[in-house]
Amino acid sequence: MKFAVVVFPGSNCDDDSYHAAKHVLGQEAEFIWHKETSLKGADVVILPGGFAHGDYLRTGAIARFSPIMGAVAEFAKRGGPVLGICNGFQILLEAGFLPGAMLRNRDLKFHCEHVIVRVEQTETPFTLRAAKGQRLRIPIAHGEGNYFAPADVVQQLESSGRVVFRYCDERGDVTERANPNGAVNGIAGICNEARNVVGLMPHPERACEGALGSADGLILFESAVAAMAQEGVMRTA
Amino acid sequence: MNDEVLERHGLTREEYDRIVRALGREPSETEIGIFSVMWSEHCSYKSSRVHLKKLPTRGPRVLQGPGENAGAVDIGDGLAAVFKIESHNHPSFIEPYQGAATGVGGIIRDIFTMGARPIALLNALRFGPLDGPDGVRTRRIMDGVVRGIGGYGNSIGIATVGGEVAFDEPYAGNPLVNVLCLGVAPANALVKGTASGIGNPVYYVGAKTGRDGIHGATMASAEFDDRSAEKRPAVQVGDPFMEKLLLEACLELMQTDALIGVQDMGAAGLTCSTCEMGARGGAGVEIDVMHVPQRETGMTPYEIMLSESQERMLLVVKKGREAEVERIFEKWDLHASRIGEVTADGLLRVKDRGRVVAEIPNRALVDEAPVYNRPVKRPAYLDEVRALDVASLTIGRPAADFRRLLASPTIASKAWVYRQYDTMVRTNTIAAAGLTAGVVRIKGTERALAISTDGNGRYCYLDPRRGAMLALAEAARNVACAGAVPIGATNCLNFGNPERPEIMWQFVEAVEGLAEACRALDIPITGGNVSLYNETDGRAIYPTPVIGVVGLIEHASRTLTRAFAADGSSIILLGEGTGELGGSEYLKLVHNRVRGECPSIDLARERALQALLARAAADGLLLSAHDCSDGGVAVALAECCFDTGGLGAVVDLTPELSASHENLVSAATLFGESASRVVVSSRVGDEPRVLELAATRGVPARVIGRTGGTRLRVGVAGAVAIDCAVAEAEQIWSGALEMFFRRTAA
Repeated sequence: MKFAVVVFPGSNCDDDSYHAAKHVLGQEAEFIWHKETSLKGADVVILPGGFAHGDYLRTGAIARFSPIMGAVAEFAKRGGPVLGICNGFQILLEAGFLPGAMLRNRDLKFHCEHVIVRVEQTETPFTLRAAKGQRLRIPIAHGEGNYFAPADVVQQLESSGRVVFRYCDERGDVTERANPNGAVNGIAGICNEARNVVGLMPHPERACEGALGSADGLILFESAVAAMAQEGVMRTA
Repeated sequence: MNDEVLERHGLTREEYDRIVRALGREPSETEIGIFSVMWSEHCSYKSSRVHLKKLPTRGPRVLQGPGENAGAVDIGDGLAAVFKIESHNHPSFIEPYQGAATGVGGIIRDIFTMGARPIALLNALRFGPLDGPDGVRTRRIMDGVVRGIGGYGNSIGIATVGGEVAFDEPYAGNPLVNVLCLGVAPANALVKGTASGIGNPVYYVGAKTGRDGIHGATMASAEFDDRSAEKRPAVQVGDPFMEKLLLEACLELMQTDALIGVQDMGAAGLTCSTCEMGARGGAGVEIDVMHVPQRETGMTPYEIMLSESQERMLLVVKKGREAEVERIFEKWDLHASRIGEVTADGLLRVKDRGRVVAEIPNRALVDEAPVYNRPVKRPAYLDEVRALDVASLTIGRPAADFRRLLASPTIASKAWVYRQYDTMVRTNTIAAAGLTAGVVRIKGTERALAISTDGNGRYCYLDPRRGAMLALAEAARNVACAGAVPIGATNCLNFGNPERPEIMWQFVEAVEGLAEACRALDIPITGGNVSLYNETDGRAIYPTPVIGVVGLIEHASRTLTRAFAADGSSIILLGEGTGELGGSEYLKLVHNRVRGECPSIDLARERALQALLARAAADGLLLSAHDCSDGGVAVALAECCFDTGGLGAVVDLTPELSASHENLVSAATLFGESASRVVVSSRVGDEPRVLELAATRGVPARVIGRTGGTRLRVGVAGAVAIDCAVAEAEQIWSGALEMFFRRTAA
């Protein structure tokens, strides 16, 4: 199992995703520089957090022009699992892999804190090991994570089960108070129609070891490994 | 040279004469500009240098002391901790967001130029009161500073893991923004800011040079007045993305052996980096400003040499390796411009299209800068403020004072601040901001580093010598509370105008106190920064030495935080109070007095206490540890109950005063700020071993209570003084700061 972590010049969670995949999970992992054009046989692609090209224009707006994005699009089209975390999610939106856009947080402030998200959809390669309704304690760290999309798009996401994570309180209730950034319907993460491309604002890679305060994020990485193992079975069958 | 030109450059007539002697002729305009920034207080340390020599800077772990871009100490596993603190006070007052942001950018550059990967940031902030006549302005400044720190640190991806924020009137017209960065480097591959090897090329990398920040160093060497807003163009604008590229490219270059030396262009920009690198290497540096990338047209050599545009680096590389070096920078979309070379003549030679516009011995600019042993005079205010007649105080109910203290901005939770900082990027943070000293693990080893900044301006106002000792002691105690052994310190000395003998007296007292404490606690100073002229309209700040201490934790899994860990644990008070109220937050908040003697300190006992903490933590005898500081033992106990999900405690304290007035005894016992005291908790059954360890080290220790329930009950000699639901206390404490800013929004 090989994870590819795409490195844009302003990525700053690339090491963290790599560490989670390689040292916590014990899988193969490789950094892929954004100017490259091949994913070098990766099974899972992670677009990590950071501020890809400075994000002075809009978060993720320039990353879609990076040479590697052609290969990522090709990989996604073939059904390969792609996970966009924080800035990676913003890039997926800007590049058109996922619908919607990010607004600045409701209070116009950067937020770094642990939040709780509820798993809404387990039929994705990053949540298949989770239970529907399972609550995960995972940190956020963003200034622009206020997910927004036109009402019809949100409606479509909801009705087709493409909302993957939602901010909730400790009991699992989706409330205004539990929503850290004002995202519509408390949306923390979504997937594409084929469900192989997932984007989320919280940082699962920061919640993979008890020493860091939570290991709840590990389940996303474990799910990807399980998903690939299943597919491997299917391929050989 | 007329007086107007000299005044504009902040040079005295004597200094000008000295320049003429150094050159053997009259300086050119460019040369006078170069001298003026290098001989400014900010770059030359001319008022402080004679005194800074008193600080102990050596120790078995010290790999790099003061004089380079940052200090470094050995942390085992072949690694070094590289760290330094620096001020950006003046720019942050004029333009809070950019001033603070570029302060962060500057200190990060100092760390990675040493070959270290920056892993943590801390900041020590001082503002005026959030309410009152200057409240609106102060809230605007604080909001901008916090956003600026976050805007830079969050973007570049370095976790802000700690620091402190305090509020007091003298900072209303002169806030303090002190920023500390910590990095980790291979111990045997520290990079120096040296130019050597005749003919080796000198490269300029990073942002283009503009007219921003010209004379920033000179600005930082003068007092403020009502025309300070006009100095806004002297504040630079930060670009964290550019710095991220520089950081990664430089660290990549340092993996090769093509690099001779590197220095960032901070204060005094190209001038400082060229002549300091030359002076360190005993070499000359020749550059032609026509090769310097410029953002604006028509810039003169004077402007290019003095610009403080951010995110620029100067490198000396080995001749013949140019292509390799340029390739690395190109990968990161950076352009490395060859602007000159190292020469044998020891001169800084600046050319403009081949024509020499400045030619100055590097030594004259750096090593032979003026040094002043300025006159000192004990300030008259001291006798007045040190007198404190406690009997004259009208003492109220401790329970009410306790609630007021929890809501005091200096004591209240700073979550509103640190929630705006990325505290965990790079997944090393094992103790988050607000819980204790910042603690970051060192991946690939068992170890972790704890780091804390501390400094109490009020104590130093009452007694700068003892106040500086207390600052070092508290910072070291805080890392000891995390379970660490303090191994090195960095200082940021914030004072007023050194040309006033009373201010200079404060400075000298503080440095000597710090030196004594460093020796007694065996903690070397490896670098730092002096910020003088912190005055507005003639009113100085409190003398405020801020000390950052780095400590080493052998087993990261044994890290302690302040929060009580379990129901039914024993609570032990290490150290003992003496009922001191002088300089306390209680006295200021409740009685509006900044008076008395600041707490006394026995440095030998402090050292024993810290050794005890490290030992007991390593042996797994402790569940939590928390220093008693602002607000005394009562506030410390409350803070131990916070972030536990509402776990309470029942405690009884021994009275610390034998005064007649019962309430006064309670107040002194609960809220007095005697030094060298720590509240720890341990499993029932472990406390005899803790007490025994304490006894063998001569540290007073006593079991004062037990955790349990949902209320905090604190008695003094059996009489209940505080009885408060933890949830209620925590709500007061955690919401107080945010309320000031909600008010702003409304």
